[in-house]
Amino acid sequence: MNPPPTQPAPARAPASVYALVGNPNCGKSTLFNALTGLKQKVGNYPGVTVERKVGTTYTQHGHPLTLIDLPGTYSLAARSPDEAVTRDVLLGRRADTAMPDRIVCVVDATNLERNLYLVHQILDLGRPVILVLNMMDVAEQAGLKIHTSRLEHILGIPVIACAASSGRGLIDLKLALSRTDLPLSRHAWDIPPAIAPAVSELQASLQDNDDKPPLIARAEALLLLTDQDSVRVAGSTPLSARTREILQHWENRWAADGTDWAAALVNARYDSIGLLTADIVSTASTAPVGPSRSDRIDAWVTHPVWGWCIFGVIMATMFLSIFTFAGIPMGWIESLVATISAGVSDLIPPGELHDLIIDGAISGVEGVIIFLPQILILFLFIGLLESTGYMARAAFIMDRLMSKVGLNGRSFIPLLGSYACAIPGIMAARTIEQPKDRLVTILVAPFMSCSARLPVYLLLIAALVPEEQVPVGPKILIMLLMYALGTFGAFGFAWLFKKTLLRGAPPLMIMELPPYRLPRIRDVLLQMIERGGLFVKRAGTIILGLSIVLWFLANYPKVPENQPEVDPLSYSMAGRAGHALEPVIAPLGFDWRIGIGLIQSFAAREVFNSAMGVIFAVEETGDEEETRTHLRDALRAAERPDGSKLFTPLICLNLMVFYVFAMQCISTIAVVKRETNSWRWPLFQLGYMTGFAWFVCLLIYQVGHTLGY
Amino acid sequence: MADLVTLSSLAVGSSAVLREFPKQGVAFLRLREMGMLPGTTLTLVRTAPLGDPIEIKVRGYSLTLRKSEADHVMVEPAAGSTMKMTNFQ
Repeated sequence: MNPPPTQPAPARAPASVYALVGNPNCGKSTLFNALTGLKQKVGNYPGVTVERKVGTTYTQHGHPLTLIDLPGTYSLAARSPDEAVTRDVLLGRRADTAMPDRIVCVVDATNLERNLYLVHQILDLGRPVILVLNMMDVAEQAGLKIHTSRLEHILGIPVIACAASSGRGLIDLKLALSRTDLPLSRHAWDIPPAIAPAVSELQASLQDNDDKPPLIARAEALLLLTDQDSVRVAGSTPLSARTREILQHWENRWAADGTDWAAALVNARYDSIGLLTADIVSTASTAPVGPSRSDRIDAWVTHPVWGWCIFGVIMATMFLSIFTFAGIPMGWIESLVATISAGVSDLIPPGELHDLIIDGAISGVEGVIIFLPQILILFLFIGLLESTGYMARAAFIMDRLMSKVGLNGRSFIPLLGSYACAIPGIMAARTIEQPKDRLVTILVAPFMSCSARLPVYLLLIAALVPEEQVPVGPKILIMLLMYALGTFGAFGFAWLFKKTLLRGAPPLMIMELPPYRLPRIRDVLLQMIERGGLFVKRAGTIILGLSIVLWFLANYPKVPENQPEVDPLSYSMAGRAGHALEPVIAPLGFDWRIGIGLIQSFAAREVFNSAMGVIFAVEETGDEEETRTHLRDALRAAERPDGSKLFTPLICLNLMVFYVFAMQCISTIAVVKRETNSWRWPLFQLGYMTGFAWFVCLLIYQVGHTLGY
Repeated sequence: MADLVTLSSLAVGSSAVLREFPKQGVAFLRLREMGMLPGTTLTLVRTAPLGDPIEIKVRGYSLTLRKSEADHVMVEPAAGSTMKMTNFQ
């Protein structure tokens, strides 16, 4: 029933565009990296947060070829925005990406049947296809014999046996990519008779009303009949009313007579695939029997006791690495910036320009790159966990717990990473397939107490717990309480959002557990560097801009020279904003000086400490510990106009609680803006988190105050 | 035809043949597309440490799904087919 290949479309122009498609875990990225090396461009598809990877490879004669690495999918019937992009690019539905001329299908040779399902759909598109049987080495070890030449003969397209991780078959693939003429598949399959008339009718309408070329129209028609809950993403063109009408007509008719059209189509494809594989795959008598290596590893990794131990050790290692190792390069960045500032200082005479460049611009740049070590370390771990196959197991283990608040196991790592810093955590949320779950995870991630809150907690606990001699126990207890509060906040709001605002079908956990593999360091490092680059490019500009604005607010207007007793921070716009804020925060027990600290915290929460230092005129010493002790004494001594203490234990506690819940970080706002593609969600987040913090603190202060604390 | 049971009630390590499947729902369409069709043999490999989700082997690969989905998948247990799995001992 396949239309005869009448238009072989001999693409003679050397600048062909190839799309690279395949199932998740089929080794497609490794192949893409092997073909393109560092000649890659990573960006976003306009309007959606789906990564767009384009690379260049060369023919045998040195002509450049463009390769688009499309998101991995099991089917063209899309279930997530990533998969929808793959579908829409292949069908030429996206205005921003030209329809690729040719398609390279990558399949995992150890798992042909399921992998061929996508190939089967793609052959319907009627474009030249090169089929790459990847992981042939693993298939051979498993005792599978695949008759490549027979498959080539049946399908009529180039079939290349390959092992991308060792480079085997890459030359053959390059030769195939270089061919000026690529044949169309001669593979045909039978559409079930009950459905065939609908396919023809839809195809005709798609040609007439939607301007689709005949073969694409047929593929679209077939897809419309399986794409039950069609994911529409920005940038794709909608169907004509006439086509929708026909589709509706047939669906109603089948629903009435009980025809399960989608299932019939899937079954027909699998029947056709079954015939194909029966012909070309044989299992050697020497094939290993019994549980595979992965099964044996999983007996430990998903064990009710050892599974948790392994999970705990891996997560603790990851978390502590971000928390501690990142400090080393962060120190380098700080001293490098200090050196540069000193150098610039020598060049430019003191004055406003000097301050703008050093305190505004250079420290703004520092504010961007200071996040890089944490981002790189988290993505190094995520890359390692993904390429070994452990990531899927972690999600498998954690799913039950996360499902209690309506999320799935994939949300765990982004939330864990947020304890170090919400920025890498939020970026890691990209590993979550379902858009609503991804959004909920992003929205609650900043509740996790990040490392920037730590200095604030330390200062306030020091001010709160009266004597030096007090055992460390209560201090640690208060600290743990703050971490616990943030965690409860995150899970509570995740549950609330999944129940109300972002209610959707309960997240699915239909996930493949890929066999364990050794990590491919090159791929991991490449991905890690890409993430870092994306952060600097996308969020960096916003962070830089906002930091300069904040710097300006904290420094202007300058104190007139005849009033030397006024401290410059209180005189500045930020200081005045602190005053203006007082009526709002007074019910929480905070005065305008704390208000200035809260506003300053938007640059980074730990700036609260230095803002307090400026306000209470505490000399900075070189030693962090010593400065904190001075600052603590200053806070204890601070009084309200009526002579009562400002930082009572209740106020210290309340302020800490405010820092737990409030959204006070422009860098996070910038990243959320980038990751959600709109200002709506970061502003919502700013509103709901800070509003909640205000409410909780109001409650604590009013109750505490009434009780006489 | 032998008695049908739900996939979620299958004993760990035992195999069964898939028989019935809900027609509607994105989850079930995707399960079909990933090769779970009436007539397909599958094995329940293990459940996650907290009892949910479950891992099954189908067409030579491992797939996880939640019990809430597995409750709707009706299977026919293969007679005396408890496959020897590496249960941790």
